[in-house]
Amino acid sequence: MFRNQYDNDVTVWSPQGRLHQLEYAMEAVKQGSAAVGIKSKTHAVLAALKRAPSELSSHQKKILAIDDHVGVSIAGLTADARSLSNFMRSECLNSRYAYDTPLPVSRLVAMLGSKSQIPTQRYGRRPFGVGLLVAGYDSMGPHIYQTCPSANYYDCKAMAIGARSQSARTYLERKLEEFPENSLNDLVKHALRSLRDTLPSEIELTTKNCSLGIVGKDQNFTIYDDDGVTDYLAMIEGEERAHPPPADEPAEAMEAQDDDTPAAGPADPTVGGPEVMDS
Amino acid sequence: MEAGMSCLTNPPPFWKNGPQPGGIYNFPNSSATHSNTSESQRSAYPIVTGTSVLGLKFNGGVVIAADMLGSYGSLARFRNISRLSKINDSTVIGCGGDYADFQFLSSVIEQRVIDEECLNDGFGFTPKSMFSWLTRVLYNRRSKFNPLWNVYVVAGYQDEQPFLGYVDKIGVAYEAPAISSGFGSHIALPILREEMEKNTNMNENEAIALVQRCMKLLYYRDARSLNKYQYAVITKTGAAIHGPVVPETNWEIAHLIQGYE
Repeated sequence: MFRNQYDNDVTVWSPQGRLHQLEYAMEAVKQGSAAVGIKSKTHAVLAALKRAPSELSSHQKKILAIDDHVGVSIAGLTADARSLSNFMRSECLNSRYAYDTPLPVSRLVAMLGSKSQIPTQRYGRRPFGVGLLVAGYDSMGPHIYQTCPSANYYDCKAMAIGARSQSARTYLERKLEEFPENSLNDLVKHALRSLRDTLPSEIELTTKNCSLGIVGKDQNFTIYDDDGVTDYLAMIEGEERAHPPPADEPAEAMEAQDDDTPAAGPADPTVGGPEVMDS
Repeated sequence: MEAGMSCLTNPPPFWKNGPQPGGIYNFPNSSATHSNTSESQRSAYPIVTGTSVLGLKFNGGVVIAADMLGSYGSLARFRNISRLSKINDSTVIGCGGDYADFQFLSSVIEQRVIDEECLNDGFGFTPKSMFSWLTRVLYNRRSKFNPLWNVYVVAGYQDEQPFLGYVDKIGVAYEAPAISSGFGSHIALPILREEMEKNTNMNENEAIALVQRCMKLLYYRDARSLNKYQYAVITKTGAAIHGPVVPETNWEIAHLIQGYE
C-alpha cells in the first residue's frame, strides 16, 4: 500500500532527511497541464494549456484573476487552487481597503508561502496539491513568481510548470536574454511557443485549449480565452515546431486527469532530489 | 456578686461598629453592588490639546505647519512639543487635538514603519496609504464609541504629485490643495485659498512664506496658539521638518481692539 515506511504523514522524516508526502504533493503539480510565465521590463504574461476532463465537458479554467494587478496560472489540484486564489483575493482586497494601494506582489506571495507552510508541518493535514505561477505588476515592476506545495516560492524571470513543462523551460532558457527588452507581442509569442513545445507533435494549440493572462504597465490583468487568443495564435501559426518533446516524458502524462489516482512518487526516493530539499 | 449581677442585667451589645441590621454595606473590593464602573473608560473630551495644523500644496511639493503648544484647557501647559511627525522621506503627518492620542498613534505607526523596514522589500507607507490607513483607524475607533480625539493632516509626495489630506476623529476625510484644521480653518484657510487663487502656480518659497504669514496670524488671533512653530516641506527630494521658528510679533495696535471681552 505504501511506497515506503516513511510516507504515512507529512510530519514524518525519512532517514535520508526527506518528507515523502511533500514530494508526492510536488508530483501533483506535474500531473496538471502546463503553464508558462514570462516577464519583460514592462509586462508579465501567463500562458496555459487547458484540458477538458471529458468529451462532454468544457475546458477547465487555468488562469484566474486575483486583482487588477495580479493573476495566477495553476497546475495541479484545481480545487486547491481555488481555495488559494480565494485567500489571495481577500488579501488583495484588504490591502486596497486599508491602504488604498494594490498589495505588493512579493508580499502576496510571501503570505501564500506562509499559508502553504502550515499543512507541511502539521500531523493529519496535507499540503496544497497545486503549483502556481503568479504574474503581477506593482511599483517595483512586473513579476513572475512560482509557488510549490512545499511552500517554497521563487522569483522568476520566466518559468513553466505542469506536465511536460521541461520542454517549455528548455525553450525559455534558450531565449532568456531576449525577454527583458521584448515588446508585449513578442513576449506573448515566446510564451505561446514555449507552451506549444510541451505538446506532442500531433497536437496543436487552439483557441479552445489555450489561455493567456497579461498584466503590465498601464494594463490591468486581463485573461484572453477562446476568440481572444485567435490573434495571438495567428502570430505563431505555421512556424516550425522547435523540437520534439523529450522521450523521457511519455505523451499520456498530458492526458492524465486530476482525479483520485494516487500521485506517482519518485520510484526511488533516495535517488535525485526535487527542489523541496534545497536549502 | 454585685458586679456579676450587673453583667447579666446589662450585657454589652453583641455587634459594634457594624452595619445596622437590614442596612446595606458595601464590602471593600466587591463589585457586586457597584454601579457599572466595570465599563471601560473612554475619552469623552480631549485633555492636552494641540490647535490648528496648516497644509498647502505648491508646484512640486507640500508644506505643513503646526505650533508647538500643548494646551491644558486654556492653560498653555506644554510649550515645546512637536505636532509634526515624519513617517518617511515622502510622508509627514501633522496632528491637532488630544496629544496623548497622537502619541499613542505615533507609536503604532513607528512600529509599523520598523516592521516594514525589516521586510526590506522596497515598499513602505506612501502618503496615500498612510491617509487611507488613518481614515480606517479613526473611523473604526469612532464606530466603537471610543474615538482617537485627533485631526490629522497628511502631507507627502507620491507619483510626481504633491499629496495633502485631512482626517478627523470621526473618520471624515478629504484631499484639498489647502487644508487647515481647527480654528485655522476660520482664520487662515480663507487667506490660503485667496492667495492660491491669485497665484495658481506657487513655488516652494512663496508657499512657505504664505504659511508662515498664516502661522503668525493665528498666533495673533488664536488664544490657544504659541509663537513657536515647526513646518515641514515635502518635495521630490525628500521630507524635512524645520524649526522651531519663533516669529517676531508686534502688539502695538493691540490696545485698539476692544469690545470682545
